[in-house]
Parts: sequence; C-alpha cells; structure tokens
Amino acid sequence: MDIFGKSLTELRDLIKSNKISSKELFSYFAKRAEKYNSDLNAYLTMIDFTDHSEGDLSGIPIAIKDNFCTQGVRTTASAKVLDSFIPPYESTVTRRLKEAGVLFTGKTNMDAWAHGSSTETSDYGPTKNPWDTTRAPGGSSGGSAAVVSSFLAPAAIGSETAGSIRQPASWCGIVGLKPTYGRVSRYGVIAMGSSFDCPGPMTQTVEDAAMILQVIAGKDPYDATSATEEVPDYRKQMTEKRTLTFGVPDEYMKGLDRDVEKKVEESLKVLEKLGHKVKRVSLLDPKYSISVYTILQRAEVSSNLARYDGIRYGNGRDAFGSEAKRRMMLGTYTLSHGYYDAFYKKAQKIKTLIIEDLKRVFDDVDLIVAAPTPMTALKLGEFEKYPFFGETMDVLNEAAAVAGTPAISIPCGLDSKGLPVGLQFMGNYFDEGTILNAAYQFEKETNFFDVLAEGRKKYE
Amino acid sequence: MEIHVELKTKSKMFCQCSANYFGKEPNSNTCPVCLGMPGALPVPNKQAVEWTVKIGKALNCSINKRTKFDRKHYYYPDLPKGYQISQYDEPIAVKGHLDITFKGKDNSLTEKRFNITRVHLEEDTGKLTHAGEDTLVDFNRSSVPLVEIVTEPDFENADDVKVFLEELHTIIRTLDVSDADMEKGSMRMEPNISLSLYENKEERMKNLPKYKVEVKNINSFNFAKKAIEYELKRQAEILDKGETPTQETRGYNEDKGITYSQRSKEEAQDYRYFPEPDIPPMEFTDDFIEKVEKTIPELPASKVKSYLNDYQLKYDDAFILTRDSSLSTYYEKLIAVLSKEKQLDLKKQNLEQALANVIVNKRIQTNISEKEFAEKFIKMFARVEVDESQLETSLEKAIQENPKAVSDYKSGKTNAVMALVGTVMREMRGQADAMDVRKRLEEKINKI
Repeated sequence: MDIFGKSLTELRDLIKSNKISSKELFSYFAKRAEKYNSDLNAYLTMIDFTDHSEGDLSGIPIAIKDNFCTQGVRTTASAKVLDSFIPPYESTVTRRLKEAGVLFTGKTNMDAWAHGSSTETSDYGPTKNPWDTTRAPGGSSGGSAAVVSSFLAPAAIGSETAGSIRQPASWCGIVGLKPTYGRVSRYGVIAMGSSFDCPGPMTQTVEDAAMILQVIAGKDPYDATSATEEVPDYRKQMTEKRTLTFGVPDEYMKGLDRDVEKKVEESLKVLEKLGHKVKRVSLLDPKYSISVYTILQRAEVSSNLARYDGIRYGNGRDAFGSEAKRRMMLGTYTLSHGYYDAFYKKAQKIKTLIIEDLKRVFDDVDLIVAAPTPMTALKLGEFEKYPFFGETMDVLNEAAAVAGTPAISIPCGLDSKGLPVGLQFMGNYFDEGTILNAAYQFEKETNFFDVLAEGRKKYE
Repeated sequence: MEIHVELKTKSKMFCQCSANYFGKEPNSNTCPVCLGMPGALPVPNKQAVEWTVKIGKALNCSINKRTKFDRKHYYYPDLPKGYQISQYDEPIAVKGHLDITFKGKDNSLTEKRFNITRVHLEEDTGKLTHAGEDTLVDFNRSSVPLVEIVTEPDFENADDVKVFLEELHTIIRTLDVSDADMEKGSMRMEPNISLSLYENKEERMKNLPKYKVEVKNINSFNFAKKAIEYELKRQAEILDKGETPTQETRGYNEDKGITYSQRSKEEAQDYRYFPEPDIPPMEFTDDFIEKVEKTIPELPASKVKSYLNDYQLKYDDAFILTRDSSLSTYYEKLIAVLSKEKQLDLKKQNLEQALANVIVNKRIQTNISEKEFAEKFIKMFARVEVDESQLETSLEKAIQENPKAVSDYKSGKTNAVMALVGTVMREMRGQADAMDVRKRLEEKINKI
C-alpha cells in the first residue's frame, strides 16, 4: 500500500479499517528513518515497536522531541549533560498520547536544552534541513520539523518557548501550532523558560494539528500552571463556516526578506478572496518583546539548569555547551542583587504592556497575520554571525511567546531559492479554534501551494 | 530568632510523597518532583498553605491576601534543584506578635511583647550524612513542608528567648499542625545574636549592630539558652576590647556548651530570588482567611487567663495545665463530669482547684480514662456518711473510758485530745470526719 505522504488522519482511517496494521505502519517509518536519518540527523534515539492502547489515535506513530521525558527511553534534550538519562517517569503529553494509542517512532534532535533556532547547538550535531541539507531546519524543534517534512514520521511533537515550533515549521514547510501557555501541560518537559514553554503539534495538515491538540490539551493536576479552561472540540471549530477579520501589524512587515514579504502579501490576497476582512493594525514594536523575552527567559534558564550540578546524571557542569553557559551567565547576572529591579522587574512590567497591547488589537480583529520569521532557511553555520541569533530569527514570534497567546505557522509558498515560506496566524488566549479555522480554510483553498509534497519528494 | 517548623501534613509540600519521612530507608520516600528531576513540576499542598495561615493568625499576624512562592538559589548537595522553593517578598503572614506572661520572683505577673516579622512557607531539604571520606545524601525529607517564623530583635536576654520558644512550641502543638519535636528536627531554631547598648527599642532599631552571629544545630530550649548566654559573653569580651565580632554562622556543641565557627558570612550570599514560574501566585479571600481562623482552638495564654478568672486557679497550676492541649482538654472534661457529683467533700477548695492540685501533684495519674480518673477522684474526696447516734455514743464512750486524757487536756495538754480522736475514729471505722470529731470532743470536755 502506498503510505507515502499520508496524513495522520488518513493513516488513522487505514488502521481503523484494518487496511494496515499498526506494526506494518510502524516498521514503514522505522525503515525510512534507517534509510534517511544518517543524512538528516533528525532522530537521536529510535524506539522499538510495542503494544499500544486503544484510543483516538490507535497505532499512529509520532516522533517526540527529545526534551519530553519518556519512561524507559533515553531523554537528553540534546545535551551531553543528560547523555545517559533514562527517565523513570512519563511527561503528561507523551502519557496522553500513549493513552490515545500513539506509538513513538523516536526522539528528535533539537538545540541543546532548546537554546537556539537552528538545531545547531545540539551536542549531537545539527539536524539538516530536508529541503537542502546544507541548510538548517530551524529550531529548537528542528528534528521534529525535519522528520515531518521528510516523512520519517507522519507528525511530531515539538515545544516552543519563543518560536521553537513556528520557526522550524516555517523553514521546513510544515504546519506548527503553538498553543496558549497553560493549554498543554509542561509536566515532564525539560524546562527551558518555565513561564513560556508550550508543547505543541508539528504536522502535515491543519486537521492533524487539531487532532493531536485535542489529545494533549487540558488541565493536568501535575502542572499548577496548566489551565482549567474547558477543551473545545477543535475539529468542529476548525470546520465551522466563518468569516474573519485579520489584522496585519505594520511593525511586523518591516525588515522582512523580500521573498517572504511577497508571499505574505499574496496570502493576504487569498484571505480576502475567501471573503475575510484584512486590515492594517498597529502593535508595539517587536523589539520590545525581544528585550523582555531575553531577560526573563535567561533568568529562568539560569535557574532551571542549576539542578544539573554534576552530582547526578553522570556528567558535570563542564559538559554544558557554550550557548547554555552564555545563557546561564546572563540570567545569573540579571537576577543578581542590585540588578533584579533594573532587569527582571522592569521586564515583567513591559510584559504586562505587551499583553495589553495584544488584547487591545484582539478587541478589533479575530486574528493577527504576519510572517513567522523574517527569512527562509539559512545555511548551516550562519547563526554564528548573530550573537542573539535565536532572538533575531524569532523576532516575529516573541510577542505571542511573551504574552502566552496561541499561534500557528503554515506553508504559503516557496521563495526564489525554492525554500518554503511560512505564514503565521496569532490568536487570542485559548482561541486555538479560530486559528485552526483560518488555517484550515487557507489549506483547503491553496493546499499550501503543494509545499509539503515538494518537500518530501526527494525522500520518496 | 528564626524558627523552622515542619508541618505534619499527609503529603509533602509539592508532591504526593508522604511528609512522614522519619525512620524510612534512605531515598525510599521520593519521586521525580522531590528529587528535582528534569521536567518535574511542583504543585503546592493546600493543607500546608492553610496551616501556615493558621499559624500566622495564631501569632496575630496580618495575612497577605496576595502571596507567591519564590526560588532561592544556592548550591548544596542536599538541595536537588539548585534552588529552594520559598517565599521572599510576599510571605503568607507578616507583622504579628506574641504576648507572654512572666512570673517574677515576688510572684507578680508581667507581660512582654515579642514581635513577629513574618511567617512563610517553604520546602525542607534532603539530609547529608558524612561517612568517612564519603558524604551520603538522603532525599526522604526533601520537600517536606517547612514554616519559617522570624521575629524582631526583641529579646533582652537568654531567658526571654527560652520562654518565648516554649510558648511558641506550645502554640504550634495546640494548633495541631506539627509534632514540633526537636529531637527529630521537626522544630529547629536559629538565634541571631548581636549586642546593643540601646535599651529603648526605637533607638536600638535605628542603630542596629554592624554584625550578627547566627547559631545553628540547637535542639532544645535549654541549649538555646546556653548557646545565647555563651555568645553574649563571647561577644561582650570582643566588644570590650574595642573590636567587632565577625559576622558568621556558628554551631553549638552541647557537650562542651560552646559555640564554634562554621562559615563566615562576611559576604552576604546572593540567593537570586525570583518568582517561582511553576506556581501561579495565590489569592486569599476574606472568607477563606476567616474559615481558617475559625479552626484555631483557644490558645494556651488565653486558657491561662480563663483558668485564672473562671476557676480562680493558682497561676502555676493554670500554666502547667495549659502546656499541653490534651491535658487541658482532659482537665476540662473532668470538671464537666465531676461538677455533677454531689457527694464530694472538697473542704474549702473549689472543684477546679482541687482537681488541678491532684493533677499537678500527680496524686492521680492522667494516663487513664477520664471515667477511671473521676472514680478515683470521687473516692479520694468522698463525703463521709456519719451515723449521728453511733457517733454521739462513741464520743461519750471515749470520754468516759479515758479519764486520764480528759484531765490532761483540761490541764492544758491540748494534744491529749488526739488520743480520743483516734479512739473514736477506730470505733467509727473511719466513717467520720476527724476534724469534726476533734471539735465535738473539745466542746464536750470543756463542758465537763
């Protein structure tokens, strides 16, 4: 049977109608990984086939970013410090997936500790972008984006602190959804920036994203910051007939690569053609989000990495890579006596302003539309030219990250180099439904300009 | 003073492991959360939060309606996350006080007020054991709820501290929130000692000494007193030489009765506090605070006052009976039972004082049921049923049969009557009141 390029939804139907067994499906992807992973370095650890539960996603194989603790399976967050760490517990996200019948293909490469936007800070070598293996897949969920793009897994779980789902999704030409902070439990996700971290789906279709979100969303008694808001039926919200108002922030259209800008403008025309209203809005300059995010996230990083003190997990603090060390030093500095007020406290105040700014715009529009990243995939090694590479790549992602609002990145065409360009929809708190609705309409209308088929072509 | 009290909640502060770690095999009472493993998240224990509010209220504090947890960073092998979840600038309770009655040598009572700076909630650490060249770490205690109580510098001498600690201990036990067992380390105290020449508090607070010595490892009130007395002497000697004592942490050696330097605190440690992002801030409603306050039983100091006022007890008896709430409850139940008893002969005492005497002097042990105690008490104070006609006969008979004693008495040897009393009591088989018998014998002899 031809499985190549099938979405999660299609595979689910094949399994449900007994056209393929979960074991056959699993070994199909295992064989593909065996064939292509040495080129891509997208998987760090492969997982064997096991029995699975019966549920909404029975027998569906999904790849898991390596910062999700998986019981009995090595979990490193791509950091040598955790080289031999095998968690005796399961993250809530992977537990919920398992309970829904999902099988895990393997653990995917990422920037070490999720510190980066290119997967090049991984202590296990960079992941290559399946579109062009001389380029980076983006990051930090670069491995997850690459396995979906090259069809080494039909879908993957990523996590985002600021852009780590949306930016690699954009660079690899797939769908990446960052839910509202608190919508999905962080329990068992190796912490990066605790007040920003959001697990989310990375998929080939919008419906697949909705289906995975349905399984992983909801209050978790093991995460005090998880939200009690009821989880709606996302696929129902996705397919409702709706006419929406989109806001295009002028401040987010500046400094874009010309190809990216062009594709975003074309996408706006698609939205208008679908009968939606597109209007210009004004948001705080994204540079403020970068400053706020950098201060707060570094502070949390310096604290979250304090537990790897060399007493446990086998490797000492000298095993930290240079990016982690830089972040710890900056975070330690900003939290130090006498600097706390000037940095951390001030950043918290500006965070409040950013939230108010977004809320103000959402009084007027249903969604904000922008590019997820100012340029398409860069060459491997280029990130070294930028001291705050991640922040620069994620400039357009950080407002939603700081505010904790949901957003999606979907493919909207190719640039002149033949690389995928992403389009971003940002929504109001807990309004993943509207985001999915708009993205689904766009997908139905354009089929994402066949970007996904183009991306996996080489890996047939 | 800084006092740490481990709460006796069912589970730990941020996970579901048992808070009762005592005597368990090392590291058997742990989970990913209290081991600080990657990705594990803390979820606060509601009971522990309520009990901290309860302690705060009992110490007359105001409760912060908005409160939060913070991370306090330092490296130590018994601290698995590299930070302790504690409270920094928004503790649960602030600005309280404890009024304590002191009994002077002339039995006069005076009251002293000790101000409470703050009461906050945090997690306990693991425990290190040094074994030769190795250091072993046990995380069974890691994340057990710990309440820290901090006082103002209101103590003028070591006795103040001892009395304060004893009262605080009694209050915590009365609130039923901790075993407060110093042997097991569920109550720990750290005096911070420095010497000032200012007697007036306002002046003293304006001119606080430039140094402070913290003493750790104290596990009894007496040791606290001794350690402070030792420090006062040691610091005075240094100050008298015109020098300033070193700011440091010292340990207490109970065998030698001395303190010794542990680590210098000259450079204040930077704990890099910041709000714990894994736990949302807490908001308390008035309703919640009121509900918690209603769970506070009558506290020992108030009980002493009501025993003095309502029962007219002697101060010492009232004090002793209120040191343990189970004893005062026992005592009050006995009053309820015995006040219905009509056949008691308590002489001039009221029931409450008589009962207090018996308990305090251990004439009847209190480790028996109230019913058994009451039975013994009734027997002890049973009103004697006297057969009037038999007594009258017996009195006459005694006088007639002992002319020598009668004449001795008449000639001024008043003690001679006691022989007659003995005779009558024997005759009556004890069923008479000896005082009454003596009185009536004397009346009869005087009439002869």
